[in-house]
Amino acid sequence: MSSRRRVSSLFARGEPMVWLTGAALVVCLLMIAGLLTIVIYNGASTFWPKPLTQLTTHHGKTYLGEESQNEDYNPATAAVADWVPAKKRPAPEASVRRRMYRTGNYEVFNTHFTWLSDYEIAEEFEPRWGIVVERQEWGRFYGKPHAFHVDGKPVANEPAAVWARFEELHESVRARREAAGELNDNDLNDHENDARLERTSARLKDGADSDEWREADKVLQSVRKRAEEERIAIRRKTQAMQAENDRYELIVMMADGETKALKLADIVRAYLPNQLSLGEKWGVYLSRWGEFLSDNPREANSEGGVFPAIFGTIIMTLIMSILVVPFGVLAALYLREYAKQGTLVSIVRIAVNNLAGVPSIVFGVFGLGFFCYFVGVGIDDLLFPARVAENTPTFGKGGILWASLTLALLTLPVVIMATEEAISAVPHSMREGSYACGASKWQTIRKIVLPRAAPGIMTGMILAIARGAGEVAPLMLVGAVKLAPDLPMDGSFPFVHPERSFMHLGFHIYDLGFQSPNSKAAEPMVFTTTMLLIGIVVLLNLVALWVRARLRRQFEAG
Amino acid sequence: MLQQKTIQPEIDMITHQEDRLGGVFDAVKRDDTFPTAVHDALHQEDAVIEVNDFDLWYGAKRALYSVSLVVPRRKVTALIGPSGCGKSTLLRSVNRMNDLISTVRIKGDMVLNGDSIYDPGTDVIELRKRIGMVFQKPNPFPMSIRENVVYSLRIDGVRDRGVLEEVCEQSLRAVGLWDEVHDRLEDSALRLSGGQQQRLCIARAIAGEPEVMLLDEPCSALDPIATQRIEDLIHELQGRYSILMVTHNMQQASRASDYTAFMYLGRLVEFGPTEEIFLKPHLKETEDYVTGRFG
Repeated sequence: MSSRRRVSSLFARGEPMVWLTGAALVVCLLMIAGLLTIVIYNGASTFWPKPLTQLTTHHGKTYLGEESQNEDYNPATAAVADWVPAKKRPAPEASVRRRMYRTGNYEVFNTHFTWLSDYEIAEEFEPRWGIVVERQEWGRFYGKPHAFHVDGKPVANEPAAVWARFEELHESVRARREAAGELNDNDLNDHENDARLERTSARLKDGADSDEWREADKVLQSVRKRAEEERIAIRRKTQAMQAENDRYELIVMMADGETKALKLADIVRAYLPNQLSLGEKWGVYLSRWGEFLSDNPREANSEGGVFPAIFGTIIMTLIMSILVVPFGVLAALYLREYAKQGTLVSIVRIAVNNLAGVPSIVFGVFGLGFFCYFVGVGIDDLLFPARVAENTPTFGKGGILWASLTLALLTLPVVIMATEEAISAVPHSMREGSYACGASKWQTIRKIVLPRAAPGIMTGMILAIARGAGEVAPLMLVGAVKLAPDLPMDGSFPFVHPERSFMHLGFHIYDLGFQSPNSKAAEPMVFTTTMLLIGIVVLLNLVALWVRARLRRQFEAG
Repeated sequence: MLQQKTIQPEIDMITHQEDRLGGVFDAVKRDDTFPTAVHDALHQEDAVIEVNDFDLWYGAKRALYSVSLVVPRRKVTALIGPSGCGKSTLLRSVNRMNDLISTVRIKGDMVLNGDSIYDPGTDVIELRKRIGMVFQKPNPFPMSIRENVVYSLRIDGVRDRGVLEEVCEQSLRAVGLWDEVHDRLEDSALRLSGGQQQRLCIARAIAGEPEVMLLDEPCSALDPIATQRIEDLIHELQGRYSILMVTHNMQQASRASDYTAFMYLGRLVEFGPTEEIFLKPHLKETEDYVTGRFG
């Protein structure tokens, strides 16, 4: 009897439950903290300039590069025998450290990375004049400044003098290159496209060889001619600029003594990592972040920036929110306020809740089938028959509008559920008060129920943003692409292009991590991009939270 | 079928001490209606609302048994009775708040200043605009104090700032809230204290210029000091507004009302001037209730 009482009193006091619940919370917090630590540590350190190391093996081969990772492993005995003189060999089965160096110079070595075991290395040091050159193409180049050529003739031979020349000229050469790039006028292509579409329209409407077609053809030919003339003029100008740029070359000597001439115009950034002060390191770090946030990607997305992806993610999330919130709120209002509560409404409610559990790729398939191939093709047939005839669909393919709509559908259940909850939490007494004042049902909903439920509706929107901004799978089917330098909003008429494909950070991460031809080099970018995506989702959420807090303050007592 | 019975002034004749027992308990036992004992003074009053043989059911449960009464113009009428006697149901039937409950059925009619309340052609929204209502728990809307007061004007689409300002000030002055809140009309009404909220709700009802005001136990959620203020306010409104008030509190009924109606289990038992109901009621049941012998 007494022992039974003791058992029940232990559970009654709830001691074990405190520990159990506490432990569950701790596990959750540890997982979240671990995830954030890994992402932020790896992501934030990507752009920090690392020292350059020169290594010589026992065989006399030299390497120059940045250490990118290290690990302990058991080398095969045969391999050890191959590297090391007999007396220096490690004990068999001994664990040895090996390091991976990013050695760059891809066009020479055909690889970006080299593994080097500690036992292989006879000598290592950090050369004072080691230079890292980030290039427009082919990735990084490592070496020593050897000479500076103007018009093919050396004007400097000492590393210090070469570096001084480089610093003096690099900025103006880059500016010239950029100016030449901006001369390429997209409007020319647009005009030509428009004229060609006019001709196709004329063919579809009045038949080939009709008078209208001939008229349109004449216009097209004249547009083409004018465009061609203008292009030649532009080419002449850019060629002059390029010729000026091509005069300058940086000659870099690789670790093995070979030299390579690098055109100054192709160099994005160069620095001497082993001579940098802390302040200069920060300068390189921040300039890389600046490039990352504001530039277009290059080198199969593994270098350069992710600006189009940031832009695409934010715009898509905003369009999605604008679409999903009104729809969700209206649907929830009908379910809660107008529909007669009964079996049918319960079934609808269960169905909506279950919709939230449908795998997102299913929504992607639906979006592709319904929005792109049905609605989009319908719009194209109706509005752009000429483009269909030229086999360049406008809406009948993936685009940011269809992606936003698909995600709106995906997040709709979340908004409906949150809104329903918020509406049903509005005190009955407030509605009664409103009715007693002679308000109609709609007036009561608009003036009492909706304002009062607004913070709860915002909660639904926050959840929708969190889910929508991070979704990738359906986007692959309805419009996210690997590279889309044309933003869905820009300066060319009509300024907003809802039909355009777009880049998305989530898809960008997938692409970097799994689709990149050089996935090892892209790995740090995966973490940085992930960090950025988390940051953007957090930022969007903070804005929504701030709005919700403002709304709440309005209704809080005291 | 139910036997229809009308107000029987003859019941006034039953004043003999011996057979003052009106037979309410008998009527309850038989599940039958009960003829109300109506005092003479009421016949001289001008009715703002007339309730004629009003029955009401919640599903299968009958809540009102052929209730008939007149609400005198510019007087305060209190409905008293034990819990579940149908006071609130009767009150909420006047502005058809019971329409919001789908299981409610009614029979009979009420008349507001000559217009039928339950006629199928009556516009409920228009009707409610003519009747002000204050609830048991203060229910200010989630908006500013000013917007709360002028709510009924807003839903009528009044946009003239001058009119809104004036109505707001007048209504707040009428409930004695103006001095307390005139410098923070834009604040959320939910930040006011419970008593202030209830006076705000009364101001909101007054702003709609109602023909009659319904107060459903307006003090039951308030502390004694706030209750005192509301009672004083009801006193001040006396003579200006026609008020029908439900109260649990007998002292409140005796202090604040001109007429008192005693209800018991869905029947209106006795209806007369407050003084008479409390000091010399016609029926023994009323006396037992007001002296606290049951209820």
